[in-house]
Amino acid sequence: MLGLAAAVALWAVFPLYSAGNWAGVGAVVAVTGLIFYVYLSKRAVPAKYLVPGTLFLVAFQIIPVLYTLSTSVTNYSDGHRGTKEEAVEQIEASSVQRSPDSTSYTLTVAARGSAPGGELVFLLTAPDGSAYAGDAQGLQPLPGATVTPSGKITAAPGYTVLPPSQANARSEEITGLAVPSGSGTGIRSSGFSTAYEGRSTLTYDAGCDCITDAETGRVYTADDERGAFVADNGDRLPQGWRVGVGMANFARFLTDPDIRSSFLGILTWNIAFAAGTTAMVFALGLCVALTLHTREHFTGRTAYRLLVVLPYAMPSFAMFLLWRSMFNSDFGLLNRMLGLDTDWFGEPWTARAAVLIVNIWLGFPYMFLVATGALQSIPRELVQAARIDGAGAWQAFRQVTLPLLMVAMAPILVATFAFNFNNFNAVWLTTEGGPFPTDNPMAGATDLLITYTYRLAFGASGAQYGYAAALSVFIFLIVTVMSVVSLRRSASLEEVHR
Amino acid sequence: MARSAAAKAPARHGRAHPLSLWARRTGWRHLVMLVFLVFALFPILFVVSAALNPLGTLSSSTLVPRSAGLQNFLQLLGGTHFGRWYANSLLIAMANAAATVFLSALAAYVFSRFRFAGRRLGLYGLLVIQMFPQFLAIVAIYLMFSTVSDYWPAVGFNTPWGLMLVYLGGALSINTWLMKGFFDTIPAALDESAQVDGATHAQAFFRIMLPLVTPVLAVVGLLVFIATVNEFLIASVFLRDPEAKTVAVGLYGMVADQRDANFGMFSAGTLLLAVPVLSVFWFLQRYIAEGLTSGAVKG
Repeated sequence: MLGLAAAVALWAVFPLYSAGNWAGVGAVVAVTGLIFYVYLSKRAVPAKYLVPGTLFLVAFQIIPVLYTLSTSVTNYSDGHRGTKEEAVEQIEASSVQRSPDSTSYTLTVAARGSAPGGELVFLLTAPDGSAYAGDAQGLQPLPGATVTPSGKITAAPGYTVLPPSQANARSEEITGLAVPSGSGTGIRSSGFSTAYEGRSTLTYDAGCDCITDAETGRVYTADDERGAFVADNGDRLPQGWRVGVGMANFARFLTDPDIRSSFLGILTWNIAFAAGTTAMVFALGLCVALTLHTREHFTGRTAYRLLVVLPYAMPSFAMFLLWRSMFNSDFGLLNRMLGLDTDWFGEPWTARAAVLIVNIWLGFPYMFLVATGALQSIPRELVQAARIDGAGAWQAFRQVTLPLLMVAMAPILVATFAFNFNNFNAVWLTTEGGPFPTDNPMAGATDLLITYTYRLAFGASGAQYGYAAALSVFIFLIVTVMSVVSLRRSASLEEVHR
Repeated sequence: MARSAAAKAPARHGRAHPLSLWARRTGWRHLVMLVFLVFALFPILFVVSAALNPLGTLSSSTLVPRSAGLQNFLQLLGGTHFGRWYANSLLIAMANAAATVFLSALAAYVFSRFRFAGRRLGLYGLLVIQMFPQFLAIVAIYLMFSTVSDYWPAVGFNTPWGLMLVYLGGALSINTWLMKGFFDTIPAALDESAQVDGATHAQAFFRIMLPLVTPVLAVVGLLVFIATVNEFLIASVFLRDPEAKTVAVGLYGMVADQRDANFGMFSAGTLLLAVPVLSVFWFLQRYIAEGLTSGAVKG
């Protein structure tokens, strides 16, 4: 056990050491030291059992959560990614104009890594034949590249050369990429096979902390609160940098009227969706469980059981996609079978109903399993005693079985609610949050907070990480409060206090 | 009371209304179950029929197959990386389920049997941290693994091991609660007496406790297995190489833009993926009801 830890530590330290990353080496040494201490000391028995899981928990849950918290108070988004220096370099490089004495490079468009979807990189061959790799951070020598006599690079270690079709698909990115190559100069593409180095028309002056446009003479002054260069008339340059904005992201929920109304709408539907799903799967699952729960001989009980849990055992992501296809308005199964012409995902209420049906279909077998287990654990004598005392079947169920059942199932119901509150797949793989009102492409009728957040963070209209992080903190608070309150009320946490 | 007395009366006197008796006792149960089965099974029937549909398009698929053939399966196995995706999915899901069960059982044992400073905080903390939608931290995880990929490509992007590390971050979770509840139902006298007899705490855990809590281990393993097979979002960020994908990522890519045309292959892939899930389910089903609720009932 300790030998294994030492071996992993050695393996982990080596690349860090050779790269000179001393903070990384320190972290590995500290963690290894902790492991050795815990397992060599005779005391701290609980720690011996907790350390392995906790290490993973800290590394891959807590640190990302803390990072998200710290992002939520910044303006981290497209155009506000890096430091101010990087922003200045980018501004200067992207304003590069071609002049008659510009150096020309032979350009090969490539992606970083082994897949063509990676970060865009320019592989450049200078007139003297030397090869470079350039991205938004700058220019680096490129050793080991295979260069044809015409200057084209056909292969380079660590990069994937994009075939023309791929390059074509990313042409906007290619036109937009500017490689800083020195102070006031940058390299831009001209078509897919040549690039030129030129002088920028926008130059930074550290004295006034401003950027001057040589062509128009306009001056953009750095605004360190907003992380952007702003001109007198309010125009700002597209490239900014990342700054702290305090609680501004959180205040947007309350102050921005557009966001506030769509946010409240989404929150309402989100609660209705989670509560509706939980209530319906509980009702259906319990109904099936009660139907099969009898002491009398019941032919086919096992067969029914197995068949009814089939939806739960099917891969759920595929089932969402399947249902999406079944609801398809043109050639979906439902419309064809029922002879309807309903555009299920086109109207808010049919789309909501569709999402609920799909989610209930997937969820009720699990609830059936749990309810069966809970029913079996309730002593029959209790129900019999109630019946002897004169209670009817419904009364006995209502007064004896159901309360006992609720005690057993409350934690599972709360967990179901919390899970469905953030059930990303259920919405994203079916409606993708749509249909969208014509005036607001960001908030759809079936959007949950989590799909809405996802669209903000990774959607097509530019990434707004800071705002998305604030939203996820908010979701976190809502779910936590609701779960803790309801769990406390169900008193199932009593054991913790023992 | 009156109703059930009436129901019993004919049986007692042996009078001949066997059909109405059957209808009253179990017939309605069959009727109710039939309705539920139709609801539960018709989408599955549709997948089967679409997978066998030789044309392989959504618009030509019907609930009951008009003709059957294995073209979709052959095309899926021959024309795509499905074999690799399948192996990746199973490897990741099984390894993750095993590791999660182990890590979680270790923690649950401590929470159930030991009293130490920070125990309550730890238990509540586990519950609360899980409420944070992990994939929204994906920006952080992405940046983290960009660095990891540079230093240790063996656990970086496009490897099953890197993805597993991230999944293991969720090893201690609501599952630990589930296990702890079950551990609590095992009398402490059992492992205490073993320790009195000279067993170490590790021996008490591995030799006495683990065999007694098999149902809950099986259930947690099953839940984690199913969740991992279905995990789509983090996997889609992690696995970009066509050969490194899992079935979830691969099949999604298949129907994302070509939904109608690839529908047959998609259905075939779904059925193939359902096979291991169903077999795990089959083997573990006798534990499921017991493992899920006995911890909670005790409350």
